[in-house]
Amino acid sequence: MELLSGAEMVIRSLADEGVEYIYGYPGGALLHVYDALFRQDRVTHILVRHEQAATHMADGYARASGKPGVALVTSGPGATNTITGIATAYMDSIPMVVISGQVPSDFIGTDMFQETDMVGISRPIVKHSFLVKRAEDIPMTIKKAFHIAQSGRPGPVVVDIPKDITNPSDKFEYVYPKKIKLRSYNPPQKGHSGQIRKALDLLMQAKRPIIYSGGGVILGQAAEVLTELAQKLNFPVTNTLMGLGGYPGSDRQFLGMLGMHGSYAANLAMHHADVILAVGARFDDRVTNGVAKFCPTAKIVHIDIDPASISKNIRADVPIVGPVKAVLNEMLGAVKDSKREADKEAINSWWKQVDEWRSSKGTFPYDRGDGGIIKPQAVIEALYETTKGDAFVTSDVGQHQMFAAQYYKFDKPNRWINSGGLGTMGFGFPAAMGVKLHYPDHDVACVTGEGSIQMNIQELSTCLQYDLPIKIITLNNQALGMVRQWQDMQYDSRYSHSYMESLPDFKRLVEAYGHVGITVEKPDDLKGAMEEAFALKDRLVFLDVKVDPNEHVYPMQIKDGSMRDMWLSKTERT
Amino acid sequence: MRRHIISVLMENEPGALSRVVGLFAQRNYNIESLNVAPTDDPTLSRLTLTTIGADDKIEQITKQLNKLIDVVKLVDLSEGSHIERELMFLKVKVSGAQRAEIKRTTDIFRGQIVDVTSSTYVIQLTGDSDKLDAFIQAVAPVSVLEVVRTGVSGIARGEKVLSL
Repeated sequence: MELLSGAEMVIRSLADEGVEYIYGYPGGALLHVYDALFRQDRVTHILVRHEQAATHMADGYARASGKPGVALVTSGPGATNTITGIATAYMDSIPMVVISGQVPSDFIGTDMFQETDMVGISRPIVKHSFLVKRAEDIPMTIKKAFHIAQSGRPGPVVVDIPKDITNPSDKFEYVYPKKIKLRSYNPPQKGHSGQIRKALDLLMQAKRPIIYSGGGVILGQAAEVLTELAQKLNFPVTNTLMGLGGYPGSDRQFLGMLGMHGSYAANLAMHHADVILAVGARFDDRVTNGVAKFCPTAKIVHIDIDPASISKNIRADVPIVGPVKAVLNEMLGAVKDSKREADKEAINSWWKQVDEWRSSKGTFPYDRGDGGIIKPQAVIEALYETTKGDAFVTSDVGQHQMFAAQYYKFDKPNRWINSGGLGTMGFGFPAAMGVKLHYPDHDVACVTGEGSIQMNIQELSTCLQYDLPIKIITLNNQALGMVRQWQDMQYDSRYSHSYMESLPDFKRLVEAYGHVGITVEKPDDLKGAMEEAFALKDRLVFLDVKVDPNEHVYPMQIKDGSMRDMWLSKTERT
Repeated sequence: MRRHIISVLMENEPGALSRVVGLFAQRNYNIESLNVAPTDDPTLSRLTLTTIGADDKIEQITKQLNKLIDVVKLVDLSEGSHIERELMFLKVKVSGAQRAEIKRTTDIFRGQIVDVTSSTYVIQLTGDSDKLDAFIQAVAPVSVLEVVRTGVSGIARGEKVLSL
């Protein structure tokens, strides 16, 4: 049997788990581990410039690949810098393992240099955490961490390792466990058949059905079966912000995203539905609007792997706890076997109504202006056309995020990568880096704003070091756009601190980092610049697009109203 | 709104208790009383807590508790027939005729005086929380120096068990 030090075990366990890339930053408590990293070549380490970016890179990778992302950080400030990234992953149920160094065991609790209680500080935002007590426990702990992070409802797991445990002179027998069983943790493998039957009865009788699918469909790798079921039943489909790509965005049955900035047709169809099939979606307040007025005539079938997500905000009539893929497969099988059919006549007249809503307002209409100024929506449309809808698109948070979600049609899962639950500015750029590392031959675009990009802009340096030719598209409206939109709508346009004053010249800034910068100011130059950016395959290109600063995101639901209560433009409401 | 007694079997691991307590704080649930100790199986702890809430809130609490990796199993004892007890120590200042009076009251409540000095008694009492409250009221005329209560511990009646 092989003898390894604790430090060597950390890295070897990651390699044996199949981890290719880890994102991190060295420091005192981790130096033994970094030395072990130096003396092997199975795991590639990417040196970030800020630990927050390490977690977002791991996160972006996880969202694109479906496999857990890994970050490696030192104790104290290294660990605390990951908190935003961990919380982001937690809110969106992203599998991630964060390995943090800790001060030596004997010194824990003495306020030693660079000590923080990482397990304590991260407790509310992790699926689970470990403080490793003995070097011998490292392989098993790491195995457990990966098992927990990626099974059931996925989430981030922290493994905190005191420095003495990684001492290179203490060697122990190393075996990486093949399987793991935890008596207290057994996520369901299938849904309850009786409940599935009940759900099918409801669906077959439905007159005005709609499928509302969320991030769980992407995470549960159920996009294909969802699509097949939806098409077999001929039901309208809407996706949440997190669920985009779970159903082909360019398909006839797709009504666009729903919720706060959802389409008119999607929100109206939800409001008037008699049966809602909610799949891997958690009835977030950004979807439901006022809970008391939510979908008054609907019976709700809710499929989710997490029982706590069912009936948390909206009571489900038929709850089904289980992996969405297994449940949908069982449903699809039952529909095929029994030759049962939905109420075709009713569905057809429902479609007539839905199509009327859709054609009267369009899916996401906007005022194209007089051609004097670039509309942010047009930038996303240009991006969609240039990449033929096939790029990985990450975003930060704000108006640009909503425009990207509305105007880029995602036909495949795992292509739309944004911080939906926590709404983290600074997420999109490092997330794009994580995606690009693993999909070097694909186009990866980060749609961002001049506010968001400045929250992790130091990673331009990392991109130079590792040659990551992503495309950064900044919808630069010289203001915190979504903040200002709310200030317009709810605070009589008192722009309290929503202006980004003293903006850098982004073109020169990215050039200083060794990349290509392009400034776009005229609508006529947009398409050419976009094509130029993607034609430069081997370079990071930063497209600084000066867009209309007065544009708002519409539709926008009216606070505390029902699903259908929306502003459709600055002057028109439903 | 009803009082619930939730009994939890959890891994006897460092940090497990803080996860449970932290969950209540994080999700804005209230803990009325809390009681935890290892069981006959040294790898398991049993935690009993009481909380007050509407049914949907209690449903969320139990679901969220079940999600914790350290939680092995749990039951809401108040959903069925059960026995609950709490232990209390009460230190009172007593002199003269009060001494006999307090002794009588203690006997009526089936409590025991477990420490005596010339000016104080320490009274030990077990029972459900209401009985303990009633006793404190009953001895109200004398000066109560100190009250220590353990929080509720409970077990289901009959053959129903909370075990692995």
